[in-house]
Amino acid sequence: MSDVIAQATGLVKTYPPRDKRSAPFTAVNGIDFTLHRGEAFGFLGPNGAGKSSTMRMLACVSPPTAGTLRVLGLDPAADGRRIRARIGVVPQDDALDTELSVRENLLIYGRYFGLSTDVIDERATGLLDFAQLSDKAAERVDALSGGMRRRLTIARSLINEPEILLLDEPTTGLDPQARHVLWDRLFRLKQQGVTLVLTTHYMDEAEQLCDRLVVMDGGKIVAMGSPAELIAAHATREVLELRFGIGEQAAALDKLRQAVTGDRIEELPDRLLWYTAEGDAALAAAHTLGLTPVTALVRRSSLEDVFLALTGRTLVD
Amino acid sequence: MTTDTAPRGMALRFYRYCWLHYRRNWKGTIVISVANPLLFLIAIGAGLGTIVGSHVAALGGVSYLAFFAPGMLAAASMQNGIIESAFPVSYHRMPGRAYPVAVATPLEPVDVLNGHALFMAVKVAIGATAFCAVMFAFGVATSPLAALTLPAAALTGFAFAMPVTAWAVTLPDVRPVQTLFKWVVMPLYLFSGTFFATTQLPEAAQHLVALTPLWHGVELCRTLTLGTATWAGSLTHTAYLSAMALAGYLLARRNFRRHLHP
Repeated sequence: MSDVIAQATGLVKTYPPRDKRSAPFTAVNGIDFTLHRGEAFGFLGPNGAGKSSTMRMLACVSPPTAGTLRVLGLDPAADGRRIRARIGVVPQDDALDTELSVRENLLIYGRYFGLSTDVIDERATGLLDFAQLSDKAAERVDALSGGMRRRLTIARSLINEPEILLLDEPTTGLDPQARHVLWDRLFRLKQQGVTLVLTTHYMDEAEQLCDRLVVMDGGKIVAMGSPAELIAAHATREVLELRFGIGEQAAALDKLRQAVTGDRIEELPDRLLWYTAEGDAALAAAHTLGLTPVTALVRRSSLEDVFLALTGRTLVD
Repeated sequence: MTTDTAPRGMALRFYRYCWLHYRRNWKGTIVISVANPLLFLIAIGAGLGTIVGSHVAALGGVSYLAFFAPGMLAAASMQNGIIESAFPVSYHRMPGRAYPVAVATPLEPVDVLNGHALFMAVKVAIGATAFCAVMFAFGVATSPLAALTLPAAALTGFAFAMPVTAWAVTLPDVRPVQTLFKWVVMPLYLFSGTFFATTQLPEAAQHLVALTPLWHGVELCRTLTLGTATWAGSLTHTAYLSAMALAGYLLARRNFRRHLHP
């Protein structure tokens, strides 16, 4: 894990103004991170946090405005071609040619990397097997489901046998079953030694896949660590979720805040979150106070709670 | 963006994609790019043209068909150059389409531009070849110089394709392309000497028309077909169209880099 595969220092991305009236937009505002060979690294954050801009810089399709970036030991500003030849990219929108067949999409992409037709054919057979699409090879992409398309996009991104795989929101828009199939495929890739870098705004995805992650907000990194470390550092062991009848939440919050010392209580539009070591004990205490929540749920803290603690906002609105 | 030198054949990788994509889409454009100009040639040149006497001085002593055909060739070539650039470039540059995919591989934006520009040039040349074959079959050409009409028409189309490519890669969607056809292509088509000699226009309008690119394409094609070309005239027209293609290409290089590797 000590082998550094990418490193950023003071990385900034500012986009020029769209027209004369608007101002330049800084999407990434001075971030530092180090990626190690073979790990799965996540960028977690809400829309607009700067995750995708960071990924685009790592993918060498967007030059950094300031700071230094090294990918595979090379400078993207000077060696973009060579870096891109050794990485794989899974864009959020799939970016397949829907009028071409599954196999033709792999053929085209393999040609971009300068591979011969023989090599592409051989790899495509293995990749389609990996993506569980062997029986769809001759079909046009517009006949595939969303989950199949995403798996094809991953198969395509592996045609050059990349050392780093960049995945932007890999399971956004997929149903739960398709997500689990995809996680399984990504886990296999990681076991084969491919370094995975992904963005997500799903905390369960980050917890499932990532060895380490950073939480981004407003173009900055607000926390870094393993999922367990982040939860230990920024949340309690358990959370009590309390939902009240319409109009009753504000009064209940007042009562709790007066009675409870030491624990943090967060207010969301539809519920209260009570961060505590012992959720059941907290619920008993709430009942003792005379509170009558419509529903009460005790659960373990997640990255969602980490994000709420760090930014005061929820991840998915 | 990069300093490393381009390995050979980078542009050809995208060029080959264009052909594969076209194999699935040729039905959509073959009518407008090849069949339509030929129908115009037959309906107006050989049909309507028979009621226009060849004694009309403005035609320079040739039949209306002989006058109209090379003008139509240049106008059709312009239209093909714009069809081959405006729609595909503004389509492929959008998120999830061919351009962003290609520039995430070892290809640079300039490779994508070069490959696509080569494809446009070939497509414009194919359209011009089909038209020339029919035009010559009508016995319109009276001079050995007519052999140069084909490259002249291809140059005309390419001269339009390059600046339109530079513009189309900046578009957020395809709608402005329709405006281009309504307000630029159609007036040029009608008033650049395609259907009638521009000497029939008021003098001020003649000077204005002589500044526009299609007029140079029409004059170049017509004088070559009819054997009335002069060195000075042909070189002027060729220089105008070449400069337009080059300026468009250089602008496209810059715009491709800015928009595909923002």
